[in-house]
Amino acid sequence: MSRKKILEVKDLETSFFTDDGRIAAVDHISFSVEEGEILAIVGESGCGKSVTSLSIMGLVPSPPGKITAGEILLDGQNLATLSEKEMRQIRGKDVAMIFQEPMTSLNPLFTIGNQMMEAIQIHNKTWTKKQAKERAIEMMKLVGLPRAEELFKEYPHQLSGGMRQRVMIAMALVCDPKVLIADEPTTALDVTIQAQILKLMKDLNIRLQTAVLLITHDLGVVAETCERVIVMYAGQIVEQAPVQEIFKNPQHPYTKGLIQSVPDMRYKKDALYSIPGNVPKPGSIQKGCRFAPRCEYAFPRCSEENPELYSKTKAHTARCFLLDSENEVVLHAEMGGQVNGERIAES
Amino acid sequence: MANVLLKVENLTKYFPIRAGMLARKVGDVKAVNDISFEVYEGETLGIVGESGCGKSTTGRVIMRLHEPTSGKVTFDGVELTALSSEEMRKVRRDIQMVFQDPYASLNPRHTVEKILEEPLIVHGIGSAEERRRKVIEYLEVVGLSAYHAKRYPHQFSGGQRQRIGIARALMTNPKLIIADEPVSALDVSIQAQVLNLMQKLQEDLKLTYIFIAHDLGVVRHISDRVAVMYLGSMVELAASEDLYAEPLHPYSQALLSAVPIPDPNYEREQVILTGDIPSPSNPPTGCAFHTRCPMAMEVCKQQVPQFRQVKPGHSVACHLYNDR
Repeated sequence: MSRKKILEVKDLETSFFTDDGRIAAVDHISFSVEEGEILAIVGESGCGKSVTSLSIMGLVPSPPGKITAGEILLDGQNLATLSEKEMRQIRGKDVAMIFQEPMTSLNPLFTIGNQMMEAIQIHNKTWTKKQAKERAIEMMKLVGLPRAEELFKEYPHQLSGGMRQRVMIAMALVCDPKVLIADEPTTALDVTIQAQILKLMKDLNIRLQTAVLLITHDLGVVAETCERVIVMYAGQIVEQAPVQEIFKNPQHPYTKGLIQSVPDMRYKKDALYSIPGNVPKPGSIQKGCRFAPRCEYAFPRCSEENPELYSKTKAHTARCFLLDSENEVVLHAEMGGQVNGERIAES
Repeated sequence: MANVLLKVENLTKYFPIRAGMLARKVGDVKAVNDISFEVYEGETLGIVGESGCGKSTTGRVIMRLHEPTSGKVTFDGVELTALSSEEMRKVRRDIQMVFQDPYASLNPRHTVEKILEEPLIVHGIGSAEERRRKVIEYLEVVGLSAYHAKRYPHQFSGGQRQRIGIARALMTNPKLIIADEPVSALDVSIQAQVLNLMQKLQEDLKLTYIFIAHDLGVVRHISDRVAVMYLGSMVELAASEDLYAEPLHPYSQALLSAVPIPDPNYEREQVILTGDIPSPSNPPTGCAFHTRCPMAMEVCKQQVPQFRQVKPGHSVACHLYNDR
């Protein structure tokens, strides 16, 4: 089942140089997206998930931001070292992105058709206008936009939020990219529209075999769309697993807490589990596990050493000492499992 | 059954659309269209719906932050819609609001102490010393500390700010709190903290909530009864378990099935609605939902369905249940 890795992020560090010094918003993360899969990055605000996607697109605002270490390999080519000019050849063609707010990502002064054709003609210089228009309308139909020919002449404000997001998806896919990055694509939309867009993204993923990197904060969206999940916390990957695994058998206490914090529509819980405290400010925790101050399983080692990603299975890793075989700690596998309290106290 | 604290009858709010040089009225945005419901003492009534369904306007019209176009609101035996604005100001002591955006709803130039003291000054409650004591007391009630009183809103995180917003609403010992999307701007882990806090406060202080939100999971968690709104009308109202177990209105069914469930193994039949929500300035004739309804009949295009009880405690506005 091993598919080709289309996008490989190796040891990526993106830092922001601020008045308070250098802050690593993305702190040495590594992952890969395989051909045709949907990979989700999930996390709360400030965890670095959006900076990760902007780094891949070469869109980190610079200054103050900069990729300070690591490689981003798209089909073998390192994007991190490309010049802006070279990057422009790739962006929109080999890797495309859709954003959260479809209103602000479309230019209000140009028609939908105009903007679609721009995306096509930039990367296909030899195409005639007619060809580009045909392609644009073909894509608009593919994403389920009604009366595509008329919409072609309309302006963004004439469209509803859901239609705008469909236009964004059509525009992103128009050059047949290898990877599509979707940063919170449905967050600004209503649930019934969200359901439409998610279904569309899944259908397109199957039909066009475009790999999708989905950035979201919504675990419901994760469960319904993707195959693998990366959980980020404070700039680091804390857990990585197939989607079934992460919900059935979460290993990192943060992932567990996050899953338990979501109110489930299917039944009523008496009290909602809540993770105490707040997400730490980037750069505020220098030593030890970044989740330790909020972690109910924390033991002395957690605030001393920096945990690495330990393997639970080949496809399932978590950044937690509880998974370290050198640790004399037993963690029950099932959800909501308790750590053997006494043994932690001894260790 | 508990006492009725708030009774809303045939409440309607139209916002005029004006155009042209003389700002002549050219139409209406029918934000809230003839809705009626009751809120019982000590309960939480959730109001859900998508953007533009009129759920926030409903909350604001009850507070008379917008004047209703027609209809009657009775709170604790007093007809709010008949009060002068001066009398209404006094009643607001008993009805307070918590807003969505904890960044925009706190004055950035005031310290937390001043923000929390303000409602007491407005309503002329207590001496300066008593007010200060009460500020500290309520900071602690919502899980903050006395030393936070001298700080400014920007020094707090989103979750802490929402706690301040809640503390401000509690300062006058209100009976009813209208919370308009109080957790939707917060991260999941913080959202859980705030929801738990609101539940605890309800128990401790015997509060009644109207909880307006678009997140159906959150609403189910906190509400005793839930009302579903679509395009200015209330389409269904039932006890929370009944509504989630057996939604009657096709819109409620679609809405519930559209919510992503955080469980990859959960299998279900999804009803995916086609099209977008029509504009409230030009709503469809008959049932407002008929343009997207998978079960629409001829009668739905012509006649507005009546909102009526079809099972004990379960009301719905849909022609499918006409014979019940």
